[in-house]
Amino acid sequence: MLLPPHITSNSTSATRNPVYALVGNPNCGKSTLFNALTGLKQKVGNYPGVTVEKKIGTAYSQHGTPITVVDLPGSYSLAARSPDEAVTRDVLLGRRADTPQPDRILCVVDATNLERNLYLVHQILDLGRPVILVLNMMDLAAAAGAEIKLDKLEAELGIPVIACEAVNGRGVIDLKLAMSRADLPLSRHAWDVPAAIAPAVAELQASLTANDGKSPLIARAEALLLLTDRDSLRVAGSKPLSARTAETLAIWQRRWEGEGTDWAGILVNSRYEAIGAIAAEVVTAGHTPGPSTSDRIDDIVTHPLWGWLTLGGVMAALFLSIFTLAEFPMNFIDGHIAALSDQVKAAMSPGDLRDLITDGAIAGVGGVLVFLPQILILFFFIGLLESTGYMARAAFIMDRLMSRVGLNGKSFIPLLSSYACAIPGIMATRTIEDHKDRLVTIMVAPLMSCSARLPVYLLMIAALLPGDSVPIWSKVGLMLLMYTLGTVGAFAFAWLFKRTLLKGAPPLMIMELPPYRLPGLRDVALQMFERAWIFLRRAGTVILGISIILWFLTAYPKAPAGSNEQQQLAQSFAGRAGHALEPAIKPLGFDWQIGIGLITSFAAREVFVSTMGVVFNVESAKDNTTPLRQALLAAKWPDGRKLFTPLVCFTLMIFYVFAMQCVSTIVVVRRETNSWRWPLFQIGYLTGTAWLVCILVYQTGRALGFG
Amino acid sequence: MKLSELPVGTNAIVRELPNPDPANIRLREMGLLAGTKLSLIRVAPLGDPIEIKLRGYHLTIRKTEADHILVDPVP
Repeated sequence: MLLPPHITSNSTSATRNPVYALVGNPNCGKSTLFNALTGLKQKVGNYPGVTVEKKIGTAYSQHGTPITVVDLPGSYSLAARSPDEAVTRDVLLGRRADTPQPDRILCVVDATNLERNLYLVHQILDLGRPVILVLNMMDLAAAAGAEIKLDKLEAELGIPVIACEAVNGRGVIDLKLAMSRADLPLSRHAWDVPAAIAPAVAELQASLTANDGKSPLIARAEALLLLTDRDSLRVAGSKPLSARTAETLAIWQRRWEGEGTDWAGILVNSRYEAIGAIAAEVVTAGHTPGPSTSDRIDDIVTHPLWGWLTLGGVMAALFLSIFTLAEFPMNFIDGHIAALSDQVKAAMSPGDLRDLITDGAIAGVGGVLVFLPQILILFFFIGLLESTGYMARAAFIMDRLMSRVGLNGKSFIPLLSSYACAIPGIMATRTIEDHKDRLVTIMVAPLMSCSARLPVYLLMIAALLPGDSVPIWSKVGLMLLMYTLGTVGAFAFAWLFKRTLLKGAPPLMIMELPPYRLPGLRDVALQMFERAWIFLRRAGTVILGISIILWFLTAYPKAPAGSNEQQQLAQSFAGRAGHALEPAIKPLGFDWQIGIGLITSFAAREVFVSTMGVVFNVESAKDNTTPLRQALLAAKWPDGRKLFTPLVCFTLMIFYVFAMQCVSTIVVVRRETNSWRWPLFQIGYLTGTAWLVCILVYQTGRALGFG
Repeated sequence: MKLSELPVGTNAIVRELPNPDPANIRLREMGLLAGTKLSLIRVAPLGDPIEIKLRGYHLTIRKTEADHILVDPVP
């Protein structure tokens, strides 16, 4: 009989199939094993209230019985230091109301790095749940000359130990057999809590049982954890301690502080002593071979000269592939959206409904879909960098520079990706453990000039430096100036936020440099599609809504019959809003017609170009910018002055460097920060900065006699 | 000698760690304890952070952390 976990109790009786939690250190191959166990039968979501990925999959035993597996975020310890680790801890301890406590635990360890990996296992054995230990990467351990005696390890711990190579599926069948066993033994591993802290553990355990409603075994595990996890990181969804237990803990801590007892250190030490004793029995380290392949790669990749060249090469490859590989699918999508729009136009009689569908829904959603190839390629690259281990090296090289503004090296790749598109960049910030560092990175990511700004920059450069006689370097120089301005802005604001709004503890960087590994293409591809789907699902609906609103603003109220598009736009709500906006943007040198463009391009920056096409009544602004450029150059203020002077074009480019003109990014920031507060703040500070910088540039330029 | 002053390529044994603040507890949980053998593999191109090898894996920490860790070099 199969019942959902929340109906049945947490017992591991044979009345239903047990729910497994999959845990392990980062880089131990846990995701690969999860994919090997569950295939494509996965559900990916978020834990409510926190931005931590929740992955649940179904594995099938040899007899076809489904087994639920919850993939918990990679953790080094149950004493959590990041929201990811806090979720792992809370699920295992049964603290989360949204996820039932798993019945059994699958612990994955990297066989090449047994001691450190066993630390988490040692904490988990305290939980009193049946555990299966999976020794992954046995082939690599053997290649490194280490011999691990599985039977001895099994005897020492008293739990099933399965050797595995998740990358090629070896050992997965053995693992499934073990998982479908009706009963699993509890660990026999006995471990003496050091005498100095044993009384405190007993007292806390009693209090947790009496006041927090914990079962005695979990209470002991929590008591031990409270002693290592001093500033116990809380995330939404985890229940706080009862006042009595917190008081007991505080009394002990004060006493130990008075005595100078390093209780947390003692506890960690004694765990490692126990682990050391096991490892001495179980592992026979062979001859130590010379530097490994990984070491030799690192000699180049982190070399003072070759390291920078490698980083530059990786960056160049990333951007080249985005701009060349993405071009074909982008044209393909663009063409199909246009064709779809034409079909609808042909099939329906003219009217508002037809325009709503073609100009509102199809154009709006199409405008986002066009960027999907770029986003997918970026997700793929980020996944590749993560799974090969290069991401950690880039962070290692860049840490010093990033520390100048108070961030650490892990912010580098997200910011770099934002040059192509801020969305994958912002979604990649999940690897940054420190909550404040992550927020700062998200806040400044949209300042990196993304590819949606390119059409605006190109149009403005064409209007600013018309004619073919203009040397190419001045155009390139202008473009580079915009990229530099955004980058400098991002670092300046990061520096400012780390000192004011998001002031945090002194920066820390404790990071493992995992050995290089060949990427599992299936894992990378799966992750890429998952992330893209999350983006589409979240952004799609909001963008559809905003597109329809924007269409409505340009289509109503109706101009008298016989007017053309230009006249319609001029007297629509958007046109009126442009007029209303004019006093605010006139000091920047912009008139109401540019104002309309600023409003419509709030959905996405590149919309500015097509809006200008409508405003100045130029057909097919997209394929050939020359007519539009000429129209812009001919545009005048009512008093006959030229509208698009070089200074105005320059100011407009600067506006787009800073202003937050992207609904997709706003939606993604909302998702990644879990509130509207941060995206709203971001719109305010970015668009405010844009306005201030533009007014400064325009007025200074005027005073100096330009424009 | 401070871990931050250990020359590249030398082995050492950890003598003393500072009293734990949360960051230090994590260093211990990663297996960096008094008596642990380690070697300094390299310093990042810009002079910080450093990369050490302990218990068969590679770890990077900043010099500000390494300043508080005392080690005894071993041949």
